[in-house]
Amino acid sequence: MSHKNVDTLKSEAKVLWADLQGKELKPKDRLAIPCQDMPSQEPSVRIRNMAEVAVGYSEEQVRVEASRCLQCKSAPCVKGCPVSIDIPRFIKAAEEGRFEDSLAVIRESSLLPSICGRVCPQESQCQEHCTVGKSLKDVNRAVSIGRIERFVADYERAKGTKNIPQIAPSTGKKVAIIGSGPAGITAAADIRKAGHDVTVFEAFHKPGGVLVYGIPEFRLPKSIVEEEIHTLEEMGVDIEPNFLVGRTRKLKDLIDKDGFDAVFIGSGAGLPKFMHIEGENLVGVLSANEYLTRSNLMKAYDPEHAATPTYKSRRVAVLGGGNVAMDAARTAIRLGAEKVYIVYRRTEVEMPARVEEVGHAKEEGVEFLLLRNPKRIIGDEKGRVRAIEVLSYELGEPDESGRRRPVPIEGSESILDVDTVIVSIGNDSNPLLKQTTEGLETNKWGNIIADEDGKTSMDRVYAGGDIVLGAATVILAMGQGRKAAAAINRMLAEEV
Amino acid sequence: MNKILEKRQLSEEVFRMKIEAPLIARERKPGQFVIIQKDTNYGERIPLTIADADPDEGSITIIFQTVGKTTHEMALFEVGDSFENVLGPLGQPTHIEKVGTVVCVGGGIGVAPLHPIAQAMKAAGNHVVIIMGARNRELIIMEDEMKAIADELIVCTDDGSYGRKALVTEPLKEYCESANPAMAVAIGPPIMMKFCAETTRPYGVKTIVSLNTIMVDGTGMCGGCRVTVGGETKFVCVDGPEFDGHLVDFDNMMLRLGAFKEREQEDHHQCHLDMEIAKKKQGALR
Repeated sequence: MSHKNVDTLKSEAKVLWADLQGKELKPKDRLAIPCQDMPSQEPSVRIRNMAEVAVGYSEEQVRVEASRCLQCKSAPCVKGCPVSIDIPRFIKAAEEGRFEDSLAVIRESSLLPSICGRVCPQESQCQEHCTVGKSLKDVNRAVSIGRIERFVADYERAKGTKNIPQIAPSTGKKVAIIGSGPAGITAAADIRKAGHDVTVFEAFHKPGGVLVYGIPEFRLPKSIVEEEIHTLEEMGVDIEPNFLVGRTRKLKDLIDKDGFDAVFIGSGAGLPKFMHIEGENLVGVLSANEYLTRSNLMKAYDPEHAATPTYKSRRVAVLGGGNVAMDAARTAIRLGAEKVYIVYRRTEVEMPARVEEVGHAKEEGVEFLLLRNPKRIIGDEKGRVRAIEVLSYELGEPDESGRRRPVPIEGSESILDVDTVIVSIGNDSNPLLKQTTEGLETNKWGNIIADEDGKTSMDRVYAGGDIVLGAATVILAMGQGRKAAAAINRMLAEEV
Repeated sequence: MNKILEKRQLSEEVFRMKIEAPLIARERKPGQFVIIQKDTNYGERIPLTIADADPDEGSITIIFQTVGKTTHEMALFEVGDSFENVLGPLGQPTHIEKVGTVVCVGGGIGVAPLHPIAQAMKAAGNHVVIIMGARNRELIIMEDEMKAIADELIVCTDDGSYGRKALVTEPLKEYCESANPAMAVAIGPPIMMKFCAETTRPYGVKTIVSLNTIMVDGTGMCGGCRVTVGGETKFVCVDGPEFDGHLVDFDNMMLRLGAFKEREQEDHHQCHLDMEIAKKKQGALR
C-alpha cells in the first residue's frame, strides 16, 4: 500500500464528485468510479504519536464511495453482516448526502457504528460478498461499507446531535451484565430500553473491555468508547467498576441474594495462550494482552504521567498474524523499537488480520516474516531474551480451520536477534466463572455453552461474545449481546 | 472510592492501612489479595495481600512496603483520603484443614499475608508454630498479632538486634528435625521462600509459598504474573497465589521480578526525594 496525502485524496474526490453529481449512473458507470482510499496520517509522522491513524473520509469522498454501490436487489452484503444492517439503504442515503438518515438505518441494527466502522473486519464480512468487489475480482475494491459507516457515525458525533434512546416505563425487574465490552454494552442498552434496571459489572477500573485495554488509541480513540459508555449511563444503566463476579460476589448470589432477575455474561476471552516452547518465561516475553493493556489502559506510552512502566524494546518479534498482533507490532514501533517483526506461520493470504491494518503496519516499517514459527526463545546470562530460533514452513493441505496447514521444513532453523517477544496467538477463556459457579456448563475449551438465544445451562443466565465463541470480533459479540438481550426481555415480559 | 479509616507506620518503609471495602471484607478468605490503584487515569495497579478484614465494619487491612513510585505515594495518603480503585478478593483462598503441626514462616513484610493464614490454621485446630524474621528489629511487624495466634513463636533478626540472631531457615530446620510438622507455610522475599523450600525438602514437609509477582489486571488476562511450577506455566493471579514451594522455579521467578528494574530504580530514587519534600510540606502545614 503506498500512502497518499490527505489533501490529495480530498481534492481528487472533490473533482470526481463535481463530475458525478446529478448524473444518472448505470451499473457500468458505478463500477468505473475509483475506490476512495482512507485518508491517514503520514507514516513517518504517525509512528511518533498515538493519535488515530485513519482520519476519515471527507464529505465528497463518502458520497463518491457510496456512488460505487450498485444497490443490488439481492444485497449479498447484508448476509455477511452479523447484525444484518440494511447496507444498501444506508449507503443510498449517504450517497444522497442524507447522513443522519443513513445513520438512523444503521442504528436500527447496530448500536456502536463509530466503533464497528473502525474495527470490524469488513473484508471478511459484508465486503467479502459485495458485488462490486466480485465484479472487479478483488475484495479490496468492494464498496468500503465500513468507512461509510464510520463517516456517518462521526458526522453525528461531530454535530453533537446524538439522541438518547427511549426507555420503556420501569418494569421493576433487575438484570446484571457481567463485562462491559462489546457484548455487555450492547446487551445492557437493549435490556435497559425495555424498561428493566441494568447493572454492568466490570473487573477493570474503566469500562469498555477490549475496546479500552486491547485496541490502541491509534486505531480506536478512547474518547469514542467513553462516549458510548456515557450514553449508557444517560440511559440510566448503572456501571460498577472494580467488581469481579465470581470473586467480589458469586454469580449465584446475584440471583439468589441480590434480587437480579437475569444475568448476561459477556466476560470475554481473557486468558492469553502461550506457545509452550523453551524460554517462554524469560524476561522480555510478554503476552499481547499484557503489552497492550500496559500501553492502552494504563497509558504506559505516556511515562511522564503514567505510573505503569512498559517494557523497553529495541528489537521485537510479535508472534501471530491477527489484528491483536498488528496492534502490538504497531504499538512497539510507537514505543520506540528500532525493528519490529511479525512472525507468522502461514502466508499473508491466510492472515486473520484486517488487510487495512496489515497495510498500515507495513507502511510503518513492520517487517513480515511469513511461513516462519519460533522453535525456542533464547536468553542471555541475565535471563533476558536475546534471540529466537525460527523454523521455516511450507503450506500443505487445508486443516479443520479451512486454512492450509503449515508444515515445518526440516533443518530450516535460523536465529533472529530480538530482545522482546510478544505472544499474540489468541486467548483461552478465563476459568474464573466456571470455577466459582456450580452448574454453569462449559465445553472442552472452557467456553460457556449457550443456545441460539444465548441461554446457558443455568436458569436465568445468558451468555454471549468471546466467552461463548472463543476469540471473535466486536460485531459478532454485539450480535450475540443483542440476541441474548431479546431473549432476556422476552423471558422477563412473560413474568410480568 | 475506598476511604482510609486507619493508618499506622510500622517501620521506616512499612505502612498499615485499614480501608473501606465492604464487599471485599465480606467475601475474602485467607490467602487472597486485592489490587489497589491510587488514581484511575494514570495510577498503577498494585497487588497487595489482605492482612485482615472486618466484615461488620466493612473494612480490610493492607500492609505495604514503599518500593516504587506508587507505594511511596500511597504512603503519603492519610486517614480520610481515598484510593480510587480496589478490586478483590483475588486469587485462590488457602486450603485450610486440620493436619497437625503447621510451621508458619514469615519474612519481613511477608508476615502480613501470613497472618490470616496462621489465624485460619489455628482456628482449624492445628498446632501453629510461627517463625518470623527480618533484617533488623526496626523491620519486625505484627509481633503482637502473631503472638496472639501462635502456640509457639520465634522471632529472628539477621543482625541479632532483636530475638534470635539467625535466618528463619535455622529454626525451621530444627522444627523439621524435632517436631515432625505436617506442613509449612512460608511467605516473604522470594529468596527466603526458596531457601525455606530447600530446608524442608529433605524432610518431605509439604511447603506452601505465596508468590507476589508482577501483575497488571489480576484476573488472568495479562499473563504477566506467570511462573514455572513443576515444569508447567501457571498464572499467580488465578492459579495461585499459593503453590507447592518444592515445585516453584524460584530462579526464573526472581529474574522475571526484575523485568522493570530500570524504571523502578529511577522511580525509587526520585520518590525518596519527592517523599522528603512532601513530608516537609506536610510538616510545615501542621
